Amino acid sequence: MNSFLRVAWLVMRKDLRVESRSWEMMSTTLFFAVSCVLVFSFAFVREGRAIEGAAAGILWIAVAFSGTLSLGPTFERERYHDALRGLLLAPVERAAVFVGKLFGVLLLMSIVEVVVAVLVALLFQAPIIQYFWWISALLILGNLGFASVGTLFAAMLARTRSRAVLLPILLYPITMPALIAGVMGTVAVIQIEPNFELARFWLALLLFFDAIFLTLALWTFEPVMTE
Amino acid sequence: MSSQPISVFQFNELIVSEVFRYYGRRTALRNVTLTLRSGELVGLVGPNGAGKSTLLGVMATLIQPSKGSVSYGDRSSRQAGASLRANIGFLSHDLQLYSDLTARENLEFFAGLYGLDRPEWHAENALDHAGLADRADDLVQGFSRGMRQRLALERVLLHKPRLILLDEPFTGLDEVAGTRLIARLRELKNEDCIVLLATHDLEIVDGLLDRTVMLHSGEIVELEKTMHGSLREQYQRTLQLISKV
Repeated sequence: MNSFLRVAWLVMRKDLRVESRSWEMMSTTLFFAVSCVLVFSFAFVREGRAIEGAAAGILWIAVAFSGTLSLGPTFERERYHDALRGLLLAPVERAAVFVGKLFGVLLLMSIVEVVVAVLVALLFQAPIIQYFWWISALLILGNLGFASVGTLFAAMLARTRSRAVLLPILLYPITMPALIAGVMGTVAVIQIEPNFELARFWLALLLFFDAIFLTLALWTFEPVMTE
Repeated sequence: MSSQPISVFQFNELIVSEVFRYYGRRTALRNVTLTLRSGELVGLVGPNGAGKSTLLGVMATLIQPSKGSVSYGDRSSRQAGASLRANIGFLSHDLQLYSDLTARENLEFFAGLYGLDRPEWHAENALDHAGLADRADDLVQGFSRGMRQRLALERVLLHKPRLILLDEPFTGLDEVAGTRLIARLRELKNEDCIVLLATHDLEIVDGLLDRTVMLHSGEIVELEKTMHGSLREQYQRTLQLISKV
């Protein structure tokens, strides 16, 4: 196996193994996302009908907020006993460490999103299952952009004191275009008269954001991690 | 999973030349010049905050000097890149272990990162050396400081590095483990490794070290050797002289 992918796999497997011992990230994120959808369902669903477009907004709010919750601990765990230094001293490409971390976050976010998407489909009567592939593509691309920037910022802030406050302050303004593209794409798919042409446009825009975010994150990770 | 061997950059000496390191207004290292050679076991002593950990971090390539240079053989860390890191073992005071993983999982993870063939075999071997074979599948969070210290040391030596940097390696070790560590350090010296250990346990390392370097307020100072005596006595005498100056 290519050494870059091997290192990314080792880092991701280690993170998932650590997570499986406590379920700290998964339980917090899932609990928050489900609560979020439930609260909004009481506000926006009247007599079994949801306000048009609400389902898409709530789906992506749950994605963004729960994603932020899962990003914090990913490098926080590396700080305990200074494990991050051990990782950085290894003779591996640091971008591979970043990719391993990113894949771990993506996997956890995806599991949460499956639950959230099903809940939104049920509570808001949104045709999410019906347009499964469209929604999956939007969520996957949205996740990738959000988690790329988020993982980089989480790494940057790992050594700072007020990282919990700084992470959302830095993350949301930069990822806002990707989140908006996700919401608009989802609205285009699940509205009463789906507009797939428009959805395709938002998907392409998401792909564009992902390419920029991922390239920047891979490029800057090494200097960011060197003291 | 098969692993590709990682190229290892070989070197026989480490030259630290006029290194300064600033943290804002604070100067952690001031004009540090030092050469370490293969087969040398060198002690790094000094009071708390003298800059010992910073110097080890600089030598380990984890901290960039603000001024000056560090050469490994004929190359700088930037020139040698990842292949240089394959030949460095650094035990920091914080041990760099994952407490939510077992001892075996920690070792296998790092063996994998260093591209070692058969990580399981290397992990087993390291567990034997650490005297932790019977606790191999226990989570590290349940280990005492001494057990973690032994495990962390073996993790550092897994890939048989040429340059070994140890920050307070005797912390938490009982007498038996301390004696074992001394024997291990002698082995490493005989294997032509460059070993630098920062320590306050002067009685333990007295007679073991080839030479001792003292840091004070980020500067290297000459250890006072005119008065024959133990390493502790020389150290204290030097501190007294510095405080008078």
